[in-house]
Amino acid sequence: MTTTEVKPEPKAAKPVEQLGDRIFAGSAKGAGILILVVLAGVAAFLLAESLPAITDSGSELPEGLTAYIAPLVFGTVVSAVIALVIATPLAVAVALFISHYAPRRLAQTLSYIVDLLAAVPSIVYGLWGIGVLAPATVGFLEWLNTYLGWIPLFAGPPSVTGRTMLVVGVVLAVMIMPIITAVAREVFLQAPKLHEEAALALGATRWEMIRLAVLPFGRSGIISGAMLGLGRALGETMAVAIVLSGTGVVTFNLISSENPLTIAGNIALQFPEASGLTVNILIASGLVLFVITLLVNMLARYIVERRRDFSGAN
Amino acid sequence: MPTGTEPDKTEDQTVTGTLARPVTAETLPKVRGSLPRWAIGAFLVGSLVLVGAALAVVGFSVGLWVVLSAILFAVVTYATSRVVEGGRKATDRLVTVVVTGAFLLAMIPLISVLFTVISQGWARFDLQFFNSSMRGVVGEGGGALHAIQGTLIITALAAVMSIPVGVLTAVYLVEYGNNSRLARAITFFVDVMTGIPSIVAGLFAYALFSLLLGPGVRLGVVGAVALTVLMIPIVVRATEEMLKIVPNELREASYALGVPKWRTILKIVVPTTAGGIATGIMLAIARVIGETAPLLVTVGTALGVNLNPFDGRMATLPVFAYYSYAVPGVPREPFIDRAWSAALVLMLIVMVLNIVARLISRVFAPKTR
Amino acid sequence: MGKSIDAKELNIYYSSFLAVEGVTMKIQPKTVTALIGPSGCGKSTFLRSINRMHENIPGARVEGRLELDGQDLYGPGVDPVGVRRQIGMVFQRPNPFPTMSIYDNVIAGMRLNNRKAGKTSFDDTVERSLRGANLWEEVKDRLEKPGSGLSGGQQQRLCIARAIAVQPDVLLMDEPCSALDPISTLAIEDLINELKNEYTIVIVTHNMQQAARVSDFTGFFNIEGTGKPGKLVEMDETKTIFSQPRQKATEDYVSGRFG
Repeated sequence: MTTTEVKPEPKAAKPVEQLGDRIFAGSAKGAGILILVVLAGVAAFLLAESLPAITDSGSELPEGLTAYIAPLVFGTVVSAVIALVIATPLAVAVALFISHYAPRRLAQTLSYIVDLLAAVPSIVYGLWGIGVLAPATVGFLEWLNTYLGWIPLFAGPPSVTGRTMLVVGVVLAVMIMPIITAVAREVFLQAPKLHEEAALALGATRWEMIRLAVLPFGRSGIISGAMLGLGRALGETMAVAIVLSGTGVVTFNLISSENPLTIAGNIALQFPEASGLTVNILIASGLVLFVITLLVNMLARYIVERRRDFSGAN
Repeated sequence: MPTGTEPDKTEDQTVTGTLARPVTAETLPKVRGSLPRWAIGAFLVGSLVLVGAALAVVGFSVGLWVVLSAILFAVVTYATSRVVEGGRKATDRLVTVVVTGAFLLAMIPLISVLFTVISQGWARFDLQFFNSSMRGVVGEGGGALHAIQGTLIITALAAVMSIPVGVLTAVYLVEYGNNSRLARAITFFVDVMTGIPSIVAGLFAYALFSLLLGPGVRLGVVGAVALTVLMIPIVVRATEEMLKIVPNELREASYALGVPKWRTILKIVVPTTAGGIATGIMLAIARVIGETAPLLVTVGTALGVNLNPFDGRMATLPVFAYYSYAVPGVPREPFIDRAWSAALVLMLIVMVLNIVARLISRVFAPKTR
Repeated sequence: MGKSIDAKELNIYYSSFLAVEGVTMKIQPKTVTALIGPSGCGKSTFLRSINRMHENIPGARVEGRLELDGQDLYGPGVDPVGVRRQIGMVFQRPNPFPTMSIYDNVIAGMRLNNRKAGKTSFDDTVERSLRGANLWEEVKDRLEKPGSGLSGGQQQRLCIARAIAVQPDVLLMDEPCSALDPISTLAIEDLINELKNEYTIVIVTHNMQQAARVSDFTGFFNIEGTGKPGKLVEMDETKTIFSQPRQKATEDYVSGRFG
């Protein structure tokens, strides 16, 4: 837009501000700055407490810090990816069902239930995982091993307790599904009615309408929901600590009784009894987890931002 | 145009004799017919019966029966619809079946979770559970009074710290931020905070206090700080969303009456959306009240009642449930029962908070009529 | 009550974008002045700069001089909040406060400014303002009901009552009837005719019949093209503007021959 040649310098007289305005605006701003300070504190204190572990030369860990944390990172990523792969398609289907398939009344109730399930504490899912799911899957794990044993993922020998990586992945999936569903549902519901009606007026079937008007609009919502879920799965502690019988190995074998541990699960198991340098080592691993989740979140934001221009959402 | 007769005949043989006949009869006159409403139901029942019968011969299993029936139902529906109604409509029907099926599949574990917690937790859901602690209890008996109190104290402390900060920050972002550099930085870092794993928040609080008070510190207030870190971003987000939907017209109406900005915010903007903010706060509390990991590393656990968050370890419900299950005593049963009951109580608290949040948002929604 | 407004070479900016350029205009006390012109020509922007609502938009500012009875509204040390107490405003869409009753809406200006007054004085203000807005008879039995439950036209008259309750000198109206049906519009127009006995009124309207019906003076704003600033083309007595304007552009616009 072209502007006139008038110099853009602002007027000298600043509007008078009332005392009440200054105090209120100041405290609001102060609260915002406090948040920045807290976050800087999180990073700084974690770093300060992990320094002894980073600089230590093998008194506690003869093979070094990296060799200790790497298998944990592996386990963390594997469990979270399994959860994401299982949960995302189901969550999208559930969200679509609630937003576009279920009768209005039922949809409302289902929405409440999904929100409620998203709020159920992870310890509850953990107890369910070890109390119900793990024993129930033993037969299924054997079946997988017998018929699909040629795939390295199911090489076995199958665990007799069910406390395996695969089961942990499923528990995590059950945990994050309501979260992804809630986000996706919100976006699907916000799909512009005008576009939907335009699609229907062109003679589209319900599925074609969804593909034309709802999914393109909701794509960024699905992605950010999935990333939110991934972040939760990466950082999830209790469900893993309770269910997984981990030994810290690195393996893609998902159904045996020898499993990788996750960072968060390992901290929960070791920290209460830890002292001295072990504490620093665990905090260092926590720092790594923090960085991983940070990267995932930034990636999600990047994707959502990049998609925004094409999503049709203003 | 396919008339539908030919392929339906083949359908006839693969499915059941009763299914295909009415379809052909009713749809023949039209060029592009449509399946009668009851046909889908008939397909479903047919699939279930057929698969059930087949499985009865080789050995019955509920899981296999449901899965195979669903697949058969999807295939039959798609095929019939494709012949009778055309490809587009058939795809539509297939997607409907798949979406509904996925929905039902997803509901199984979720319902199982609810059912298990209620049925297992019921065993010790008695008065003693709520009025006694674990002090001096070896086997049966005992309760979670100390853990319930600990959870409430620590969560309340976290709420007291995070609500003012969160709400004021949201006010800054919406009313004063003007998309300034600081506002954008805060928005970004609040997003970052949303993604902090709860155990990392616990480690942070531990690191902070161990630098101040020496290593090995375990206090209720440390846990509250950890929960605050988790709660602030939720409160900011919820409040921000709510403040944003207050129409600008109301602010203008107030300014035009000569009301200063801070009074406009306090008397017009916030009251207009107070219900929404309260709902967000309740949901934030519900989110953090069940956190286990940060409390495990910062507060530890205790056997008896400790009401002072500034002095020594405290028990909390989630940690209580975890330890009761993970390291039970002998005999094992009473510990497991208590763990489930603690989980049930925790879930009830979360549910009540959620329901209260809904009620608040409904009661305090701006009245239009 | 009822003061004059005097604008001298007023330039109004959004950040570095000049939206309105060089407006010089004298508005007489206790008259109705209508501002007309095509969309985007800056008449609403000009209106909002009179009570300093304009500067609520980040980056917005004003150059030139704007006086209320000879007193500089943009002078140093002038509190914009105070300006708005003297110059009331009615908006395009009725916007009663949804959390307040009809009664509370009327006295919102006083109560929000923390003015202490007895119950009887509030009662008097409510009745006087609602009578002044021709709404009293319709709502006197349900003053405790939420204001948002009224019809659109009633809501707009409630907003007018709310604006005159603080006894301003000037009343600004930004297309006050554009969201209303013809009958409600007529009621508002009648009200404007009564209100001009006490207040100076400036009204922005897209409806030229309305400008002709209610106003004593009319200012025509125009814009040369996208990105160009809006300007005051001509201002005169309403009947002159509508019968024999001096400018060709004005004649084209009022006779409907405008692009």
